[in-house]
Amino acid sequence: MAAGAPSGPAGPDPVKARGLVKRYKEVLAVDHVDLNVKAGDVYGFLGPNGAGKTTTLRMALGLIVPTAGTVELFGHDPMRDGARALDGVAGFVEAPRFYPYLPARKNLELLAALDGDGARGRIDEVLEVVELTPRAGHRVGGYSHGMRQRLGIAAALLRRPRLLILDEPATGLDPGGMRDMRTLIKRLADDGITVLLSSHQLPEVQELCDRVAIVDSGRVVYEGALADLRRQGGAGYRLRTTDNGRALETARAQTGIHGVAAGEDGIGFQADEDRVAELSVALGRAGIGILGLTPELATLEDLFFRLTDPDAEAESASSAEALNELVEAP
Amino acid sequence: MSSVSAAPPAAASLPARRRHPSTLTVYRWELRKLVSQKRTYLGLGLGVLLPLIFVIVQVVRNQPAHGDTIFAQEILQSGLATPVLMLTFLAPFFLPLIASLVSGDVVANEDGNGTLKTILTRSVDRGQVFAAKAAAAITYAALAVYLSAAVATVAGIGAWGFHGLRTLSDTFVSAPKGLLLVFAAYTFFLIPLIAVASIGVLLSTVTRNSAAAIVGTLGVTLVLAIVSQIPGLEGVHPYLLTQQYFAWQGLLRTPTDWAPILHSLWVCALYAVPALLAGYLVFLRRDVAGG
Repeated sequence: MAAGAPSGPAGPDPVKARGLVKRYKEVLAVDHVDLNVKAGDVYGFLGPNGAGKTTTLRMALGLIVPTAGTVELFGHDPMRDGARALDGVAGFVEAPRFYPYLPARKNLELLAALDGDGARGRIDEVLEVVELTPRAGHRVGGYSHGMRQRLGIAAALLRRPRLLILDEPATGLDPGGMRDMRTLIKRLADDGITVLLSSHQLPEVQELCDRVAIVDSGRVVYEGALADLRRQGGAGYRLRTTDNGRALETARAQTGIHGVAAGEDGIGFQADEDRVAELSVALGRAGIGILGLTPELATLEDLFFRLTDPDAEAESASSAEALNELVEAP
Repeated sequence: MSSVSAAPPAAASLPARRRHPSTLTVYRWELRKLVSQKRTYLGLGLGVLLPLIFVIVQVVRNQPAHGDTIFAQEILQSGLATPVLMLTFLAPFFLPLIASLVSGDVVANEDGNGTLKTILTRSVDRGQVFAAKAAAAITYAALAVYLSAAVATVAGIGAWGFHGLRTLSDTFVSAPKGLLLVFAAYTFFLIPLIAVASIGVLLSTVTRNSAAAIVGTLGVTLVLAIVSQIPGLEGVHPYLLTQQYFAWQGLLRTPTDWAPILHSLWVCALYAVPALLAGYLVFLRRDVAGG
């Protein structure tokens, strides 16, 4: 959970999907997806293109009808409860869209009118948050992609959401815009808004999210805490010694040490703590000084590819080993 | 967004239940959207232009208009004959075209641009959005009809004076009553036009393509017009939508012939109600995947 985020009001979870299925003729776009987004989560929703992320989000927002299963937002099913189910919920799927022939302020006035509940009085405030006040009188048709993304956030904030659903909010933004978007999402999460973030930006998810779901070919292949996932990915270590060549041989000779590979910044390997202790003793006996031995958790990117494309992961590992052998060959 | 430290609206103080907007609010915004689009004025502009061209040409010619109706022969005698004659000219194709321009576009355009998903993720139900869009399309059709009527009446009176009008029964009515009958004729012409707009809204919802919906709506009216010309199908003629375009002429008889008007009411309802109902049901359950 983002620092300082409250645990959220008691009550039904912000998002609870059970057995969600969407089939388009022969294509199974979403295959029995279960999601559990808890109050206060910054929840990452990951998957390769075509994995079914956007379709799932559309079902969550009531835009498309599930073939089977249910999704509830704070206990309300959009298919059953209509607009009531979206109370306290805001966001956008794919790019946020507006009326290009209307200025940004008029677009927000329209949306505020469709929100009711005094949303019109918040227009200046949300324009200020996304720094579009000076351009609020300009037609959206002339806006850049980044400005439209920001207007999308402003439109979402008009609803004073408790749950913010964002589909690739940083797509198409320049590095500065991406950083600002991350800062804004952090800020919103700190203010107690639950965020469901679909993203291709794995570093972004790693930085922002505390829980994730990874989908592949319409199925959830992992759902849970990001920290648990990284632990499950296996503890890795990076070793620097006074003689990396001999240390490499020593490590390979030890039982329980896996994935030994030399790199520019030392030797990487996986092992449990007892085996690491045995290796350090063995290195000492061999007269090899240890300059550094640091634990490394698997990156989200490693884990993502391991879960969604195990063949590519295996290929990548074997290529790395082959490269190592080639480099080490006399 | 470099200074994102500006506090966004707090979520903590949310009320448990929001007050949702009325369908009237959604309808008002549908009208505002129409007002903001250039293509809205294309149809209305033509509705203004055609009566003006007609009157200018007739003034220059200074002869009775061609045509076998009594109003064509009366054109130089009373300015009130102009709007009646114009309605006869515009009813079969032009006014249905104007109605289909907006009704065929009203849902499909938003679907294609992705703004449908924008409005459907706010605090309004799909039924409200559909009702507002259908009402806006019908409002536009009515506006086009009355605008055309107003221009034809003013131009006709300006050219040939505000005089009594000869009816289809070869009787005269006073100028004020004639004006009232002109207004009533255009109003009753709205009945089949609402049916056309309803078909447009249905096609706009189903096809998700503005051009297909507009052309499809005109295609439906064209097919019905062709059917009305096919020998041997006289039995179905009274139930064709295109046959109702001239029901208003019952008003211009003495005494008023209400039979075609009442017939038109229920025949047009047979087209409009199922179209709107089908459109509504499709809209309620359709996937919004555009944009």
